[in-house]
Amino acid sequence: MRRSPIVKEMSDLLIPAIVLFGLYVQFHGDFGPGGGFQAGVIVAAGVILYALVYGLPRTQRLLPPNAVRILTSLGLLLYAGVGFATIILGSEYLNYDALHADKIRAQHIGIILIEFGVGTTVAAVMISFFYAFAGRGRS
Amino acid sequence: MIEAHLPVLQVVVPLILAPACVLCKDVPAWLMALLGSAWSLLCAALLLAAVLHHGPLDYAIGGWPPPWGIAYRIDTVNAFVLLLVSVIATAVVIYARRSVASEIAAGQHSLFYSAYLLCLTGLLGITATGDAFNLFVFLEISSLSSYALIAMGSDRRALTASFQYLIMGTIGATFILIGVGLSYMMTGTLNMADLAARIPTVSDTTTMRAAFAFLTVGISLKIALLPLHLWLPNAYAYAPSVVTALLAATATKVAVYVLLRFLFTVFGASFSFATMNLDIVLVPLSLAAIAAASLVAIFQSNVKRMLAYSSVAQIGYMTLGISLSNVTGLTATIVHLFNHALMKGALFLALGCVMYRIGSVHITQFAGLGREMPWTMAAFVAGGLSLIGVPLTVGFISKWLLILAALENGWWPVAVLIVAASLLAVVYVWRVVEQAYFKPPPGEATRGEAPLSLLLPTWALVAANVYFGLDTSLTADVAGIAARELLGGGP
Repeated sequence: MRRSPIVKEMSDLLIPAIVLFGLYVQFHGDFGPGGGFQAGVIVAAGVILYALVYGLPRTQRLLPPNAVRILTSLGLLLYAGVGFATIILGSEYLNYDALHADKIRAQHIGIILIEFGVGTTVAAVMISFFYAFAGRGRS
Repeated sequence: MIEAHLPVLQVVVPLILAPACVLCKDVPAWLMALLGSAWSLLCAALLLAAVLHHGPLDYAIGGWPPPWGIAYRIDTVNAFVLLLVSVIATAVVIYARRSVASEIAAGQHSLFYSAYLLCLTGLLGITATGDAFNLFVFLEISSLSSYALIAMGSDRRALTASFQYLIMGTIGATFILIGVGLSYMMTGTLNMADLAARIPTVSDTTTMRAAFAFLTVGISLKIALLPLHLWLPNAYAYAPSVVTALLAATATKVAVYVLLRFLFTVFGASFSFATMNLDIVLVPLSLAAIAAASLVAIFQSNVKRMLAYSSVAQIGYMTLGISLSNVTGLTATIVHLFNHALMKGALFLALGCVMYRIGSVHITQFAGLGREMPWTMAAFVAGGLSLIGVPLTVGFISKWLLILAALENGWWPVAVLIVAASLLAVVYVWRVVEQAYFKPPPGEATRGEAPLSLLLPTWALVAANVYFGLDTSLTADVAGIAARELLGGGP
């Protein structure tokens, strides 16, 4: 694939910033606007930009479709797993209070874990959408 | 300790097994689907027993008390529907192993079972929740997974059928969301019990009337009530056999439950029928569905499509029972939810056996099958008799109650139409029987009976058709309690 040097240099500069910003939105979600859903989309956008510039095969070597599929389910497992953990700890489903003696800490732990699950699944699903469309007619 | 969590565990165990399926190979994925369905059946049975003995159960997700948090509320109506959904899901998943192996490409089984569990989660969640917005979320979970399930059909037309359902289903879900949003705007609450308490004070506003209209039309789309049924025949005809059996037996039933819940619990019977006069719309549409869809079914050459039209007609019986809005009518609707699930489950599973052996369910392929697949065709005939409403089957119980309800309101022409539509059912069931038992098989007979793992679940449902036709203590009596609960006001 022929690449314009401008596109390549600019995306080399942007992709790390995009992914970093995604992580910021992820972990700052319980203080400000943001959260797992938005963060997942931003991180996936970084990966998709990489795929647009460097091509699908190289992206899939970096992030194989199987790994994306596993990440999709791990995110949901994390979310549902937190719910089960709170039941095992003797509280209602998704009642974060059970996670720590200090209730405010407990709420923080709960929401961070849940949102990380959401972020993982959303990013993985966005990437697998892109793989599905970009990979059409290849295999 | 675990009993207190049953309302939520019933829904979230299939939910956590669904992503776990994706990580598995095909056979462990099937085991997980079996585990999830059997677990939900166990929970549903325990819940129904608990509700019948101790009254409604409440569960506050995340420890947030209602009306602020999402509350699950299990009363007789939804405990009964939960039992119905999980019974069918379990029977179908046992059946699924062989059927899915023959109809779906090898690498996709784990994805199939994952979507199956998500669909089950959605259906159970819609039923269990006591929160109007949570209901919409679960509706989307079940709908999105059923689009994927339908699209896995081996016929390429499954893709267009699924897309058609996606468009119609999304419009329906959007209408429901708009309805929920408008009610939220007027009352400031999403909890169904709280909505029911607050709606009477604002019910005389255009916003509330619009909310009612959006909800009714949106839910009717998901039910496939006559003019909104266009997505259903193709979706049922081209989906994999297992999916058709699951969706035909559960998805529309859950949608009927949602309609019951909104009309009677949230808005209340007097607003729905005395103020908004819903029966003026619902009765003609129900009668048209019964008559027109039964007639169209007679002219179908794809037997799955024929039964799909028959489902549209049967939905007419359910909405007719609702629009009568008396205790007998509602009892008939709730009983028919269960009974129709049993008969259509048995019929579509029998068709799945034919699909497994023959690879097609075109009516001409049935020639001579009565001799070649005696058990399959006997199951089909038994299911067909139940569909017609022959005494000793569940179909008779449903129609009997519905006719009683119609006569209670003095609507004797309606009662006549119900009987006449049964005769139409005789015609379309007979077409298959004629082919199977009175036509010689084409060429030399090489087609054998379906394997036992397909026949057993099919016959289990056939046996249920007969059993609940004789002993109505679980169906009609519980449905009677549920109907009185619905008409008695709050949930």
